[in-house]
Amino acid sequence: MPETPLLKLENIGKDYFGTRVLSGVSFSLNKGEILGLVGENGAGKSTLMNILFGMPVIAGTGGYEGSIIIDGQKTEFKSPFDALEAGVGMVHQEFSLIPGFTAAENILLNREELNRSPLEQIFSERVSTLNRPVMNARASKAIKTLGVDIGVDTIASEMPVGYKQFVEIAREIDRTATRLLVLDEPTAVLTETESRILLDALRKLAEGGIAIVFISHRLHEIIELCDKLVVLRDGKVVREAPAKTSSLREIAAWMVGRQVDSRSGARRPEPRSPELEDLALSVENLWVDMPGETVRDVSFTVRKGEIFGIGGLAGQGKLGIPNGVMGLFPAGGKVTLFGKPVKLGAPRGALDSGMAFVSEDRRGVGLLLSERIDWNITFTAMQVQNRFLKPLLGGFLLLRDDAAIAREAQSYIESLEIKCTGPGQRAVELSGGNQQKICLAKAFVLRPGLLLICEPTRGIDVGAKELVLNTLRHHNEEYGTTIVVTSSELEELRSVCDRVAIVGEGRIAGILPASSPAEEFAILMMGKTGQKQGSGSDVH
Amino acid sequence: MFIKKFIDAAGWPRIIIALFLLSLFATAPFVGVLVSTSLSNTLERFGMNGVLVLAMVPMVQTGCGLNFGLPLGIIAGLLGATLSIELGVRGVVGFAAAVGLAAPIAAVLGYFYGHLLNRVKGSEMMIATYVGFSSVAFMCIAWLLLPYKSPTMIWGYGGSGLRTTISVSGYWQHILSGLMAVKVGHLAIPTGMFLFLAAMCFLVWFFMKTKTGTAMTAVGSNPEFARASGVDVDRMRIVSVVLSTILGAVGILVYSQSFGFLQLYTGPFYMALPAVASILLGGASVNKATIWNVLVGTFLFQGVLTMTPAVINNILQTDMSEVIRIIVSNGMILYALTRKVQVKR
Ligand SMILES: Nc1ncnc2c1ncn2[C@@H]1O[C@H](COP(=O)(O)OP(=O)(O)OP(=O)(O)O)[C@@H](O)[C@H]1O
Ligand SMILES: [Mg+2]
Repeated sequence: MPETPLLKLENIGKDYFGTRVLSGVSFSLNKGEILGLVGENGAGKSTLMNILFGMPVIAGTGGYEGSIIIDGQKTEFKSPFDALEAGVGMVHQEFSLIPGFTAAENILLNREELNRSPLEQIFSERVSTLNRPVMNARASKAIKTLGVDIGVDTIASEMPVGYKQFVEIAREIDRTATRLLVLDEPTAVLTETESRILLDALRKLAEGGIAIVFISHRLHEIIELCDKLVVLRDGKVVREAPAKTSSLREIAAWMVGRQVDSRSGARRPEPRSPELEDLALSVENLWVDMPGETVRDVSFTVRKGEIFGIGGLAGQGKLGIPNGVMGLFPAGGKVTLFGKPVKLGAPRGALDSGMAFVSEDRRGVGLLLSERIDWNITFTAMQVQNRFLKPLLGGFLLLRDDAAIAREAQSYIESLEIKCTGPGQRAVELSGGNQQKICLAKAFVLRPGLLLICEPTRGIDVGAKELVLNTLRHHNEEYGTTIVVTSSELEELRSVCDRVAIVGEGRIAGILPASSPAEEFAILMMGKTGQKQGSGSDVH
Repeated sequence: MFIKKFIDAAGWPRIIIALFLLSLFATAPFVGVLVSTSLSNTLERFGMNGVLVLAMVPMVQTGCGLNFGLPLGIIAGLLGATLSIELGVRGVVGFAAAVGLAAPIAAVLGYFYGHLLNRVKGSEMMIATYVGFSSVAFMCIAWLLLPYKSPTMIWGYGGSGLRTTISVSGYWQHILSGLMAVKVGHLAIPTGMFLFLAAMCFLVWFFMKTKTGTAMTAVGSNPEFARASGVDVDRMRIVSVVLSTILGAVGILVYSQSFGFLQLYTGPFYMALPAVASILLGGASVNKATIWNVLVGTFLFQGVLTMTPAVINNILQTDMSEVIRIIVSNGMILYALTRKVQVKR
């Protein structure tokens, strides 16, 4: 006899300012079951989860239609607090840790352990002090459940992104009342090894009876982890299927509504003979003080027209390299671009010397969330290269050329297939994957000599991934742009780069041609760091 | 559908206040208040205060928050005004001299004020309030000590130190509000002052469309983004503070020419909150403000402020207008400040 499902969604619908985003979404989820939610960028996955979790943005834009039924009872969460109360936990697509707080404080926020004191009787719990030892023990237990090793005293803003992700999940685990856990692209910034640890932890949680909704664009994770999957296309459920027996190809086809070639990118055709080309970038003894991604001593050179990859585990410093070269964090050493020295510590200098940068921190550095898409795309070019401006009074005044800005944005909206209502839409209203495309477009507009790009396909769906990587290749071949790609996805690096450097403990562990066998990369990643985090089989 | 769109665009607070204002105008004739006179008063006050409210915009746009330090700009304006009177220049030239003297003073003060705000990122508004306080206190002493000589301005008997209120009649009273003023019965429209306000608004709007203005907006939206795009964030913030301070100086001059008096000593102190409240009522948030926010907010604030005392006075048949005005003004300020966290859409 079928039990009452823990969660049942009936005919959920939603529109944002007249644009329909979801319609007639229904599915149900039992205790201990893991449901994979997949769909293209902008299909409505995050929106659906925001509705489930009672996020204020939903009520603020006119609410939703349909009903959410938990344990057979129709529920409507007015705010995330109601949802938490009812045992629903959520890890958002964008991080929501408090930067200045430690891991333990973040995990136990609002559920702190208090030292009892008589004052409490007179006033309220507000006057009690925190019982640190107990808090730390609880936090570290939650982290241990996940199978990772993160110090409970680490300040959130100083953690590598991967760790932040784990801390967010630990926070949800510590809530003993959690019965339903929603994870919106938790693995997007993790390396294979790290996501494997996460998937194991989730499986354990499910065995303990927690129901999980898991969103990911890495479809193999869905197949591996989930019991069943639901495919959203343009806001409608187009398919519900058991996950284990579905193939990557099938899922991808359901997502986009046509056959797709889901082979993750053809290898870069013929690695050029690098010796023939001039030097583009040379980095000597670079150190970078980027919290959580410290670079100690790194030297390498990149040749003109090369696509150079930087890989490695979270926290080892791979992200510190491009951020340091770009001048976003305190750094030292010698960086030369096209024969000219680059002044470190000043983004303007780096930009003027012909670099462009795509940050891994989409919301923090990458976007003007509350401004128009076209501003986001053209702003850097306007400020650095004086483009999209109309000179007035003989160049004394430079006036923004709004028409040119919109036109430029429109061309990128088309070429990168950005799903939006037009160049005037605000960036915050886009889905995660589409925001990522805006960040890419911003760098492409600059037509840089050197493109530093972090996590290029973060949050991008299977269909668009190839489009993004091809655009990279196109810029490389057509305009001769030299590209340095930093990514947590080794496979991606191997498919698009000529050479790949693996970073460990703030140093370069080794540089290999992209065509080297996967095992050699795995050895570099694991071997030197001495951390026995995974099985070492990093690639499939 | 259209109505819903309009409500979404205008926002409920504005609609409610506008309806309230409308109902005041509607009841006015029945309690014996002359609508034309009240409307004239509202228009006059709207023009007087417009530039002061506009002085909020640059700082809000770069994320320096609401300019609670407006008294600083006002002091610069008063210095310009008193200096111009001291020089004895009258009429248009006198007013132009006042603006011309006040602007550089405001720029210098704003520059230091901006540097100060750059050191306290995150708590700008608190420090701004403090700057407002202390500059007023400092000037209370300075007004007494500065070696002004003009008999229109110094205390009658002692012969040194400036008076608390200085009349500008004979110098440049109504130089703008009297210019091309249209009079229809009891209704007076201060055309010249409106044109001046429009010109100032245009300048600010235009500036916001330049490369620098765009950079300023980006700094307000996301300073990290701006920095990564090669913008000197601190410099942009200083530019905005200088602009706000200059506008504050010009604003008080416009105010005084219509009011007829300069109010020294603690006078500047009471000017910041109504301006802050106006722009918030107009729909601005702490880091986004438009010219529309300024115009709508000023009109609503000043409208309610003129109409409520007039109507209530006539209903109660007493003269409590000053008391009522204070209550209404502070009530609206309070309301506006509680609204400020609500970001539009
Ligand atoms: N606050 C908002 N205002 C207006 N439209 C919005 C808002 N949030 C999301 N949308 C729109 O809703 C649609 C669905 O977005 P959603 O974030 O749910 O997509 P998603 O499936 O999570 O995509 P991704 O895989 O890129 O994260 C998008 O077209 C987006 O532009
Ligand atoms: Mg999403």
